[in-house]
Amino acid sequence: MSAASAKDPSLVTMVHWTAEEKQLITSLWGKVNVEECGGEALARLLIVYPWTQRFFSAFGNLSSPTAIIGNPKVRAHGKKVLTSFGDAVKNLDNIKATYAKLSELHCDKLHVDPENFSLLGNILIIVLATHFPKEFTPACQAAWQKLVSAVAHALALGYH
Amino acid sequence: MLTEDEKHLIEHVWEKVLEHQEDFGAEALERMFCVYPSTKTYFPHFDLHHDSEQIRHHGKKVVGALGDAVRHLDNLSATLSELSNLHAYNLRVDPVNFKLLSHCFQVVLGVHLGREYTPQVHVAYDKFLAAVSAVLAEKYR
Repeated sequence: MSAASAKDPSLVTMVHWTAEEKQLITSLWGKVNVEECGGEALARLLIVYPWTQRFFSAFGNLSSPTAIIGNPKVRAHGKKVLTSFGDAVKNLDNIKATYAKLSELHCDKLHVDPENFSLLGNILIIVLATHFPKEFTPACQAAWQKLVSAVAHALALGYH
Repeated sequence: MLTEDEKHLIEHVWEKVLEHQEDFGAEALERMFCVYPSTKTYFPHFDLHHDSEQIRHHGKKVVGALGDAVRHLDNLSATLSELSNLHAYNLRVDPVNFKLLSHCFQVVLGVHLGREYTPQVHVAYDKFLAAVSAVLAEKYR
């Protein structure tokens, strides 16, 4: 981090994307079935890190991996979450503004520890890997890791 | 703690890894160096180009050690004792990096196993790799 960016907070929060990174992100996104991948990502979060179920007591049966995978509320909410990710993909140069309201919501109303955003981000990476073995090269993974990290960071920015 | 079902899943899936030990190991390392460039600081003496002999050799070593762990899931501490010493007194890799390599290894499993990398397999491996990482850092202080 340079001295200039250390002074200006908005520069610190800006992510710089190379043309290659943007291409890797948008071209893979074009192939993603948002309902399927979103539902699967959320289900895996609840299965692999069961303590994340604390936010979903209204979702009904989360008693086993099978119950979670088959739970329609999980699928619907997963779709909602991943659809929102699409906003980041469409606004790579302004992720911070894109998530300003959602950041406030997750802090003030939902009371979600930002650590969970990183957990979900890494789960999404693994879901993409299983669905796109040919496309998910190391360079593609690196671009997407940068994206999930930027989204997690933007969601945490409004916390106070 | 790993359940009996999880242990069986880990062993069963490992059969597939055995067929590609060197490839999986090399790919996990390559992904880690690409996604987390800070990890390269532990390998200034390595040729880190794609498919380098050193990366393949090291990847094979890493996956070999994981295989030992898979064969002794009830006794990780004793099985990995030498490696534990090595990492504590010699290599002194910051333990945060074990998470990074574990994640990349899981991405490799995901890419190559596809649908077979079910959520149940995923959580079993996540727990297994976390347990291995904990043992490697056991003697740090």
